Amino acid sequence: MAEQTPKPEELSKIDYHPPKKGWMDPHVEFRKGTYCYSALPKNLQYLGMPNPREWQPFDADWKLPPNWKQIILDGMKERLEKYRSFRLFMDICVRCGACADKCHFYVGSGDPKNMPVLRAELIRSIYRRYFTPAGKMFGPLAGGRELTEEVIKEWFYYFYQCTECRRCSVFCPYGIDQAEITIIGRELLNLIGCNINWVIEPVANCFRTGNHLGIQPHGFKDSIDFAVDEIEDITGIRVEAPIMKKGAEILFVMPSADYFASPHYYTLLGYLMLFHEIGLDYTMSAFAGEGGNFGLFTSHEMMKRLNAKIYEEAKRLKVKWILGGECGHMWRVAHQYMNTLNGPPDFLEVPVSPITGTRFENAKSTKMTHIMEFTADLIHNGKLKLDKSRNDHWRVTHHDPCNVARGMGLLEEPRYVINSVCNHFYEMPENTIREQTFCCGSGAGLGTDENMEMRMRGGMPRGNAVKYVKEKHGVNLLTTICAIDKATLPAVVDYWVGGVEVGGIHELVGNALVMKGEKERTADLRGTPFPAKEVKAHA
Amino acid sequence: MNALLSLIVVLVLGALAYAGGSVEGLRTLFGVIIPYAAILTFLAGVAYRVVRWALSPVPFRIPTTCGQQKTLPWIKAGYLESPYTALGVTLRMALEVLLFRSLFRNTKAELRSGPQLVYGENKYLWLAALAFHWSFLIIFLRHLRFFMQPVPAFVNLLSDADGFFQIGAPVLYLTDVFVLAALAYLLWRRFRDPQVRYISLFTDYFALFVLLGLTGTGVLMRYFFRPDIVAVKELALGLVTFTPAVPAQVGGLFFVHLFLLSLLIAYLPFSKLMHFAGVFLSPTRNLANNNRMKRHVNPWNYPVKVHTYAEWEEEFHDKIKAAGLPMEKE
Repeated sequence: MAEQTPKPEELSKIDYHPPKKGWMDPHVEFRKGTYCYSALPKNLQYLGMPNPREWQPFDADWKLPPNWKQIILDGMKERLEKYRSFRLFMDICVRCGACADKCHFYVGSGDPKNMPVLRAELIRSIYRRYFTPAGKMFGPLAGGRELTEEVIKEWFYYFYQCTECRRCSVFCPYGIDQAEITIIGRELLNLIGCNINWVIEPVANCFRTGNHLGIQPHGFKDSIDFAVDEIEDITGIRVEAPIMKKGAEILFVMPSADYFASPHYYTLLGYLMLFHEIGLDYTMSAFAGEGGNFGLFTSHEMMKRLNAKIYEEAKRLKVKWILGGECGHMWRVAHQYMNTLNGPPDFLEVPVSPITGTRFENAKSTKMTHIMEFTADLIHNGKLKLDKSRNDHWRVTHHDPCNVARGMGLLEEPRYVINSVCNHFYEMPENTIREQTFCCGSGAGLGTDENMEMRMRGGMPRGNAVKYVKEKHGVNLLTTICAIDKATLPAVVDYWVGGVEVGGIHELVGNALVMKGEKERTADLRGTPFPAKEVKAHA
Repeated sequence: MNALLSLIVVLVLGALAYAGGSVEGLRTLFGVIIPYAAILTFLAGVAYRVVRWALSPVPFRIPTTCGQQKTLPWIKAGYLESPYTALGVTLRMALEVLLFRSLFRNTKAELRSGPQLVYGENKYLWLAALAFHWSFLIIFLRHLRFFMQPVPAFVNLLSDADGFFQIGAPVLYLTDVFVLAALAYLLWRRFRDPQVRYISLFTDYFALFVLLGLTGTGVLMRYFFRPDIVAVKELALGLVTFTPAVPAQVGGLFFVHLFLLSLLIAYLPFSKLMHFAGVFLSPTRNLANNNRMKRHVNPWNYPVKVHTYAEWEEEFHDKIKAAGLPMEKE
């Protein structure tokens, strides 16, 4: 953790009283720990994106193109004509304020411009000034504001202080979705080269190598091989892990963090063990080696450019359907965008579980099934032998990833699987789970170390809910099915709670899964030895 | 400041109408021309705004899912909160439009020492919003008695129900109490809540003051300064039958009432009050969560530059080969 991040006691002293100065003043201060660094020119150049240059948010001169104002206004006009959501959300907000304290960044910072309503007003005020008769005539009286360089800086600060989690849109009486406004705000900023490296570098990597981390094909293979070896150590079984095998029945796509980061890695072990045990005919791919899509955090176009690989690879490998791993925004894209962007996938078939025969009618058009749906179906049909007691050292709570909860509605399957593989599961308070789940505070490309203070602020509501179940039920594991969560929640829970680990659900499945011919397991997938037999008598 | 300014504007406009009602030459302007112009502006303006929204396509199907998706048959799907059928969407919209479902979820977050975040019930905004909108609708329907001859039975029925408690003479309408109380609460909330005060614009107060002026003058006329009802009806009937005339008996307060109504409906298409139509078009609410079942088409979908498999294999050829992975070109 960055050393300058204040202690939790200091950070949680939050003044919710708005400043005297009205919000129309765009000035922002780029204080260390509360913003992300700019995108490196080489990454923008590689992607063919505008205005690559050396600059940083704290610089006085942002080296914008000379006609930046026209670019932004033209960009707004184009998007008002292309997205009903954008035009409508610019027009109908009544500023009732119901969204205000629903945002984790507002709750954690007290900065009024982090209220979703005001974050949207930052761009709405420009819309009113340049695109509505009242705003053109009456200016500030009609809520209009001049577009200045200061406004661009303000947009940058606050649109990269929104994780596109959609929690505000659950509470808005008109369904106004700040994620939609942030997505378009960021698109506009990208037109003049105001972007952050933590988003653009993964995008460039993914475009080139097939994954956000920039791992090349041999690295992908090494990583999977390593996992296979590790599974053999734990279970005595050598699993098969096919890569780019033509004619396999299923293409399995996961977020790249699963094969290159921790604690994601234990989830990968879980997948591979499960697929082996049920004899699944599947393949992974190093080319379509990324389910996550930081294009979503850049522009609709970039999302499409990255996402195209999945269907392309499925077609090349002649698989029948696609199975997707544990990831959050990957599933927003797969569920709500992929088929529209790069479909229709006529060359695929409606997903059918080869083990249970279940036809996934809910995925009959997109032809991609979520692994929680797949595993829940296996368990429901009694196809897995599970020893719950092998997770008895865990007292589990579950964090619903924002995108999976509010952009998909996958709420029951994870709970069904958790309850099938472990004995101690406790829900966090109802205002913090399911469709009301709180973001980790680091999503949408904000999970970088230089942004640590803001991440901890944004993570406060989640941390607080974890603390509650830790104190009440002794929870020591927070499960989640999102790669960004797995990467960033450990810092959040260490900071706000302490003594709670973060892991994936397929890690727990892997622990509980009794495999044919396995040796007696003495440790879980993390290598933590199981408690002595007599201690787990209650199992 | 915004509040004071908009109060002054509304008061000045009201005074103008009051004066206009007593100056012979202006009575036709305020009694006939302005109301007609306002209705025209309303109709044309609302149509323009709605068409404008409708002309922007919905490129992606982006419902905000507030419940379980439809998946496996043994998992109960959220038929209303995550609707996957047209009927489900219709019901979700009905709940939203008629009962303000989303606002009903409202909570209040409070940070206590510890730090401990607690979430409390907070239904006042929902209650006041519901009270205002429903009362306003009923009051509007009650007013049909001025525009129709004979008065339709449902209007009488509605008025009787509204005055069910038979308090005072003339009988007190409950909706009159509710509408004023709700508007007063909404205004008070804008003043009292520091966050809401911070985000409030001139236009937010303006809408509230116009509505308060409109309903306030209505209440004054019904209970305290009764105008000549026959003459008022004559004016109203004249307007709807396109034979407008301003009877000599109508005046003062009634002109303020009529002018504020004209102001409200003429202002409406240019304002946030368009939410009454916009809510029906909101893509996060009016679309089914059947994304993977049924393909959504983006009318402006265009080809983009991608990195193809062939390019990828060419770039990493030696490394793929060395790793022993299958290839298209050995």
